[in-house]
Amino acid sequence: MELTGAEITIRCLQEEGVEYVFGYPGGAVLFIYDELFKQETVKHVLVRHEQAAVHAADGYARSTEKVGVALVTSGPGVTNAVTGIATAYMDSIPMVVISGQVPTSFIGEDAFQEVDAVGITRPCVKHNFLVKDVKDLAATLKKAFYLAKSGRPGPVLVDIPKDVSNHKTAFEYPSTVNIRSYHPQVTGDANLIKQAAQMLLEAKRPMVYAGGGVILSDAAKQLTELVRLVDAPCTNTLMGLGGYPASDKQFVGMLGMHGTYEANMGMQNCDVLLAVGARFDDRVIGNVAHFNSVPRRIIHIDIDPASISKRVKVDVPLVGDVGSVLTDLIKVLKSSKQKPDAHKDWWKQIDEWRGANSLNYKNSSEIIKPQFVIETLHKITRGDAFITSDVGQHQMWAAQYYKFDKPRRWINSGGLGTMGFGLPAAMGVQLAHPGETVACVTGEGSIQMNIQELSTCKQFNLPIKIIALNNRYLGMVRQWQEFFHGNRYSQSYMDALPDFVKLAEAYGHVGILVEKPSDVEGALQEAFARKDELVFLDFRTDSTENVYPMVPGGKGLSEVILAEDL
Amino acid sequence: MRHIISLLMANEAGALSRVSGLFSARGYNIESLTVAPTEDETLSRMTIVTSGSDEVIEQINKQLNKLVDVVSVMDLSDGDHIERELMLVKVRAEGADREELKRMSDIFRGNVIDVSDKTYTIELTGAGSKLDSFLQAIDHKLILETVRTGASGIGRGLRILKI
Repeated sequence: MELTGAEITIRCLQEEGVEYVFGYPGGAVLFIYDELFKQETVKHVLVRHEQAAVHAADGYARSTEKVGVALVTSGPGVTNAVTGIATAYMDSIPMVVISGQVPTSFIGEDAFQEVDAVGITRPCVKHNFLVKDVKDLAATLKKAFYLAKSGRPGPVLVDIPKDVSNHKTAFEYPSTVNIRSYHPQVTGDANLIKQAAQMLLEAKRPMVYAGGGVILSDAAKQLTELVRLVDAPCTNTLMGLGGYPASDKQFVGMLGMHGTYEANMGMQNCDVLLAVGARFDDRVIGNVAHFNSVPRRIIHIDIDPASISKRVKVDVPLVGDVGSVLTDLIKVLKSSKQKPDAHKDWWKQIDEWRGANSLNYKNSSEIIKPQFVIETLHKITRGDAFITSDVGQHQMWAAQYYKFDKPRRWINSGGLGTMGFGLPAAMGVQLAHPGETVACVTGEGSIQMNIQELSTCKQFNLPIKIIALNNRYLGMVRQWQEFFHGNRYSQSYMDALPDFVKLAEAYGHVGILVEKPSDVEGALQEAFARKDELVFLDFRTDSTENVYPMVPGGKGLSEVILAEDL
Repeated sequence: MRHIISLLMANEAGALSRVSGLFSARGYNIESLTVAPTEDETLSRMTIVTSGSDEVIEQINKQLNKLVDVVSVMDLSDGDHIERELMLVKVRAEGADREELKRMSDIFRGNVIDVSDKTYTIELTGAGSKLDSFLQAIDHKLILETVRTGASGIGRGLRILKI
């Protein structure tokens, strides 16, 4: 029997076990929406803006091991999706975005709602396809899912012209994929793994620096085992939080621009650095020359060879899946007769740095400190919630003060830094984990970038808790203006803010205004007690609070500003 | 340093722009880029002449390999190789210049492939530097038009880029 392209699209999604598609209909995808209507296996979540569809698919993917799926129409549907796609690309999130396109005969004629989707998304996808013949559709979708989740994951766009979704062909979903130019390396080189093990055994001041690759590879268990085995302090990047339990004594906190003093000093002063699924980016190691000014040997595990020796020269490159390489490395370490030293002096030094207490802040009984809100949030949720965030100061505070013990609990836009990510991402997370606690830590600036999704939350009964740290400023912009631009707060004050409580109520949710530190805990308790309702908590926080510690842009990891320095 | 990179890629719409887009997005230099289908019609072969530090060239190779359409990459500069470029030069060929230009073309082993009463079109093949030398050797005022293909390259002997 022959099926239309639209039927084939839905059948492929079913074959892939897709549970949710996040999307928004339009002319070019009407056939596909018609087929969605006729079945119940693949559930569609109607967002209010295509950017949110992609972020929701992204949040869904980050909090599970599955591929997120978004469906948008041609033209503005695709251009609105681009920010979401670029966000997923920068953080290597497995995702398939299906976009409608004008009919093949119209392509290139500047037709209504035509945009070169493949061209416009090329720099921010792992790969993309324009399907010109319905006969290629099933195989293309199979490839798309395979590419999205294998190797270094990433978003893949499949652009389907309207006529292709209406043409018919015999349907057969391929059981295997073979792309002759694509063979990601999974297993690490055995000799190099031996070298790495030897290096770790001989280290006097070892350090483990683990990033998002640990989460993507589901390798938190192996990482924890290895860190304990080699008796090294472990730091996580912003993307890697939860990859190593924050409550463990070997954890030294997040590193980088707003990392702890002990994490950054450990990075700078270690003699053997094991980098795991992380990419030495500018927000993590600061000034490259400064970082390289101290000799240390570096072992780097990454599935993407292009990530190795990109910014920092590496001594032992281990290309492969993080989980697989760690498992092999652990085996070699365990079978070795030599046992790692106890590193007593090194730990003494680390503890000295810990003594700087770099995340300390002065709490107040007069005005709500944002750090206090996050600490209380951690307490009320017992550190077990899924936390999404937007981008800015609140994101850093959430990363610093919500101690993540489990992977896939911390969902944020690290690479692209996309404001407006938090709420739609939380929708994806909540749908993937219906009974679980999901909170979106945001600011009054970020939340307004996708606030329309409060409507989606109502329609799909998503009881997300919005923790808005409302300081009436674009806080991170304000902080940089205070530090580096002579206190000239150019356009960083958020004037004419809406009444968020009323706004939440207008969308059919609950809003709570919190103005006093003494009300913080009670308000959070009330919000989380409302298990079936979305609650918008508008915390009026100290507008002058800054994020510390801070390694200013272009500076080295040890050139840090601590709160007490000021 | 100058490098000449050869690659095989899927002969598909948009494949070229993936490569050129990579170079512009990451700020790599392109001196020249040539591409054409191979004897296997599903594959195109591309030659890219670029320059950069060893680190940059390593990244270029890795990033090219990362493109899903790219099947195989070889930095020809890593070993013995041959490099050729084709140039067509249209020159004003009148009076005494006519004989002189023919003579110069012969010296450089060029061919006059089109003749009119006022012009010659000379076809010349060789390494880029040979083509440059030819242009310097003839009277600059006589050059009406030049077109160059950019370099194509191939490894010597059994150094083969094939799948």
